[in-house]
Amino acid sequence: MKTVAKRIYIALIILFLYAPIGILMVLSFNESKTRAKWGGFTFKWYIALFQNEEILRALFNTLLIAFTSSLIATVIGTVACISMTGMKRRAKSILMGVTNIPMLNADIVTGISLMLLYISLGIRFGMGTILLSHITFNIPYVILSVMPRMRQINVSTYEAALDLGSSPIHAFFKVVFPDLLPGILSGFLMAFTMSLDDFIITHFTKGVGVDTLSTKIYTEIKKGIKPEMYALSSLIFVTVLTLLVLINLSPTDKKKAE
Amino acid sequence: MTSKNKWLSTPYIVWSVVFIIVPLGMILYYGLTDATGAFTLDNITAIASAGHAKALRVSLFLSLVSTLVCFLLAYPLAMILARVQMKRHNFIILIFILPMWMNFLLRTLAWQTLLEKNGVINHVLTFLHLPTLKIINTPAAIVLGMVYNFLPFMVLPLYNSLAKIDINVINAARDLGANQFYTFIRIILPLSVPGIISGITMVFIPALTTFVISALLGGGKLLLIGDVIEQEFTRTSNWHLGSGLSMVLMIFIVINMILSAIFDKDGEGSML
Repeated sequence: MKTVAKRIYIALIILFLYAPIGILMVLSFNESKTRAKWGGFTFKWYIALFQNEEILRALFNTLLIAFTSSLIATVIGTVACISMTGMKRRAKSILMGVTNIPMLNADIVTGISLMLLYISLGIRFGMGTILLSHITFNIPYVILSVMPRMRQINVSTYEAALDLGSSPIHAFFKVVFPDLLPGILSGFLMAFTMSLDDFIITHFTKGVGVDTLSTKIYTEIKKGIKPEMYALSSLIFVTVLTLLVLINLSPTDKKKAE
Repeated sequence: MTSKNKWLSTPYIVWSVVFIIVPLGMILYYGLTDATGAFTLDNITAIASAGHAKALRVSLFLSLVSTLVCFLLAYPLAMILARVQMKRHNFIILIFILPMWMNFLLRTLAWQTLLEKNGVINHVLTFLHLPTLKIINTPAAIVLGMVYNFLPFMVLPLYNSLAKIDINVINAARDLGANQFYTFIRIILPLSVPGIISGITMVFIPALTTFVISALLGGGKLLLIGDVIEQEFTRTSNWHLGSGLSMVLMIFIVINMILSAIFDKDGEGSML
């Protein structure tokens, strides 16, 4: 009885989280242009999507920024984690405190603070400013997922590798890096997701004429969202879902679990 | 690893100073000066003007309600999930992060379709002969939008701190005669404090400062403090006033940071 109640509760929360996603997927097949009524089943928005250059450009920008910013953030964040192990306690806790600022700060404050920075430095607003901003808010996600792995690492194995004649870089990649890898990967994935979903910070740091999917959707809200957007987000969502299912079902993973 | 590697921290330290510390300094500078560059407190005291004070009051009220609702929904959920095998740990986290792969504006917009007078939920309710919902374009819809968007940020820290509690500690309490309620009050709740604090911070601050949810679900009737600041920057272009009002918001952010520094020293209640 109790387990049934628990399952129903979990199911209700999942329904709450995924209902809007279901609605958007249904709307992507809606013949009628308005959200308000169902006009019959159609694939036309999926076809129209690939002819809509504005949306495709926004998609390209979004993916480019998400990929580049999370890659750079992963490198800077991982290197920062490694360097922090050699630091004095006090210096380390100050740096971790600073790391937490973009996470705890309101997005709107981060957004306008970066906007004011770019204005006073005279940097032209565009893809570059979006990229710099995304790297900034992505680094904390990387550090927070790599740091716990870093704590578990046994320094003696690294020192043993050095004693046995390995160069520091070789020893790092052979001994330390494999243990950090799961943390690095999840940090990268988290950063990628956050960059992809960000609207507020991009809104303040993008230039005129440069759009990511979020800011494009924001300007479309007033005129009415083009149904191609629903088609595109459904495609992205289903792709990610399929990839995750495939990864979770992969044979190597199963073996490990057993 | 060794002191030789100290220089490795340089890129990150430089990055944090340029893109975290200096920008915050810029807000202080703009917030404390007027258009001529002279020192003034007017941008901060502007929060007391009728319109701004009301926006702040409404934002505080709605974000407190949303945080409370998130907490009440998430705590039981996190407790159930925490007892699921560790093997499924990544899967559980994914369930809550996956929705973010669909754009947040679109997901919030989809709630319009769900909540509208002739929307999906009301169709279902009519079909079941139940009274219909009339919450679209009301503060209740804004709260729903906030809860919907920020619930994962409450669930994940709670789940992480609850999953770390050693089951033996709970069993020991039960063996020593504590009943379920007493075990919860004396063992589980205190041990999950880092997660609670981190969850509250991660929901309260975004909810307090959001500027799109109210426009999408509240019908634009209710101006939140986030909307006011956004307009100062993008429409009126009064960066000084916008910065001054942001500084008022930063008071709440700093309080939250101090709270999480006290209660969550080791980052135990982190999201990941």
